[in-house]
Amino acid sequence: MAHYHTYILTCGGTGCRASHSPQIVAALQQAVDDAGLSDEVKVIRTGCFGFCEQGPIVKVVPDNTFYVSVKPEDASEIVREHIVMGRKVERLLYISPETGKHVPDSRHMEFYKPQMRIALRNCGFIDPENIEEYIARDGYAALGKVLRMKPEDVIREIMASGLRGRGGGGFPTGLKWKITREVQADCKYVVCNADEGDPGAFMDRSILEGDPHSIVEAMAINGYCTGASKGLVYIRAEYPLAVHRLQVAIAQAREYGMLGDDIMGTGFSFDIEIRYGAGAFVCGEETALIHSMEGRRGEPTVKPPYPSECGYKGAPTNVNNVETFANIPPIILRGAEWFASIGTEKSKGTKVFALAGKVNNVGLIEVPMGTTLREVIFDIGGGIKNGKRFKAVQTGGPSGGCLTEKHLDTPIDYDNLLASGSMMGSGGMIVMDEDDCMVSVAKFYLEFTVEESCGKCTPCRIGNRRLLEILERITAGHGTEDDLKELKNLAAVIKDTSLCALGQTAPNPVLSTMENFWDEYVAHVRDKSCPAHRCRDLMSYYIDPKICKGCSLCSRVCPANAISGVLKQPYSIDQTACIKCGTCMDKCKFGAIGVR
Amino acid sequence: MEKICMPPKRIEEIRAICREHGNDAGELINILHAVQNKLGYLPREVQELIAMELGIPVSKVYGVVTFYSFFTMTPKGKYPVSVCMGTACYVRGGEKVLEEFKRQLGIDVGGTTPDGLFSLDSLRCVGACGLAPVVMVGQKVFGRLAPADVKGIIDEFVALERGA
Repeated sequence: MAHYHTYILTCGGTGCRASHSPQIVAALQQAVDDAGLSDEVKVIRTGCFGFCEQGPIVKVVPDNTFYVSVKPEDASEIVREHIVMGRKVERLLYISPETGKHVPDSRHMEFYKPQMRIALRNCGFIDPENIEEYIARDGYAALGKVLRMKPEDVIREIMASGLRGRGGGGFPTGLKWKITREVQADCKYVVCNADEGDPGAFMDRSILEGDPHSIVEAMAINGYCTGASKGLVYIRAEYPLAVHRLQVAIAQAREYGMLGDDIMGTGFSFDIEIRYGAGAFVCGEETALIHSMEGRRGEPTVKPPYPSECGYKGAPTNVNNVETFANIPPIILRGAEWFASIGTEKSKGTKVFALAGKVNNVGLIEVPMGTTLREVIFDIGGGIKNGKRFKAVQTGGPSGGCLTEKHLDTPIDYDNLLASGSMMGSGGMIVMDEDDCMVSVAKFYLEFTVEESCGKCTPCRIGNRRLLEILERITAGHGTEDDLKELKNLAAVIKDTSLCALGQTAPNPVLSTMENFWDEYVAHVRDKSCPAHRCRDLMSYYIDPKICKGCSLCSRVCPANAISGVLKQPYSIDQTACIKCGTCMDKCKFGAIGVR
Repeated sequence: MEKICMPPKRIEEIRAICREHGNDAGELINILHAVQNKLGYLPREVQELIAMELGIPVSKVYGVVTFYSFFTMTPKGKYPVSVCMGTACYVRGGEKVLEEFKRQLGIDVGGTTPDGLFSLDSLRCVGACGLAPVVMVGQKVFGRLAPADVKGIIDEFVALERGA
């Protein structure tokens, strides 16, 4: 067997694949082969490293060299210079924005320093399609340990760890397992909720793509504890790579006897099947998800009965989210006490966030509960893009709310976020800057919920549509101050009377932006102006005649032919013809075009 | 029930898919996925056939097809354009990119160009938020787009078509 002294890891997540990472892997392998080093250097395609902003990422271990924005044509240079000659390829190293210097070792990157990886422990380290690499990192050791324990003791351990559901609800995981275990039934099910529908969130996808075996293992553990012999993963059909990796993992686990009959000779049998979602946000709700798995419309039903009592095909069903499952094996191996020592009083462990929007370092991060938003956005995230001013961060997706400057030092946990008018949600975190109009953002989320409402209950189906219509009026410049009152009233009714969490939380983006950005709403209705210049009907482009040189560029690029004038004299915009696309402002070399 | 008008070979293909899933109504969504994979869309007569095979009312099949955004009853273009309108793409200007596609192709979201080459859709998050705003044409991902890039992308596929 070959003994490798160096490993070249290349990100094979969806984001980096879109920027040609498969070609990079092939080129690296070719270069290694050409150098005659294939017995000493191993090229591995891993899951997501998290630093998506500057993908594709290539990491060389053991020296932790972190190459960013790599192109396939860089592969031969990496092998020739770094591997053969022992010289790092300077031009591909990450440059610290603070010092302006190359950072040769990823452990010194601001992006990674504050992070603590439990759920993402293997993402970016192992080949997700190779069970042996997972086993080498203590994979399936937790399952082995659990099978020698009493189920009650395992559940007690999970309860003691303080782990709460990572899908958004925050329900204590151990308690859910206990309830499912205590229901008497011949047939029970374990379900993994991988229907990550929250726009701008990609935590679950990254875990499934980077470490699918951890989910397989945790589901088997759950099966043993609750008395279920069948597991189902409900996954979005829009995630073809995650589906593929999971299929590979399940097949390998069967081959190695980690799934199937009589696992590890203990008499315990468990197997997993995949069920596909078909694009419905509401199916993230557990009762809706179960109906969808049964081949029906994914409409939620009133709880109780909870799925733990009566779920898939009427049998007790334990539904947990991907990230929740990913935390299980480390808790079993390292103990509840260790896990409970991380985090805040009521929120233990870490949380994975998909950091996106107007932040310098878009990516996938995992931090201990209790980390502040400021640390996440400014230290790990590297601050706001293009030197703009931070305005808000949206957590919890369409069910959550916007947090502002005043919340930046709040430690992130389930209860603090709720108290601040938002919620943990599944972990999407969208950063917004001064150019974002908060009324439009609220409208954006509401458009989403209106589209995704299943239509079963009236407050959600009709109420949210009415909310959206009011917001459309406001952003079109036809809003009145009465509309603002009506927004609040209607939002309260929808929250109180909707059937499921989708409806109950749909007004949150509206309420939290009204709470934190009331002035902006007032400006829209009273002054008919959009302070962020995002609402087209409330803004106009103008040419400053003092600066305009009359070069005619704007009139040539204008798609609506709305700009006219005489060469070398100031041009002007016909406001009735202007479609407000902003092309003229982007193209003007003299900064003569402004917006008001 | 009306007589189903389809080539016999297609009828057999759909029946085979239903059989593979044990003609089980609980497998309806998986069956629809498989059939749409094969045909590209799920027209009325296909839904009627599936309903017949599974022994359930057509209304139930139709209810499921229209509930989930992944299923479509109209054929897509040869090069389906999907503009990501997830939040990350939205705040980085996905809307303007979508507008430009509408203008350039002369179709609205959900439409297909008369020559059948392009169809336009908006979707929620492909998860490549680091590349926002993102557009997918078929399986190919285009990232960090500005409205000015749109024409070039369309031209690329038109050229591909001419060459083909």
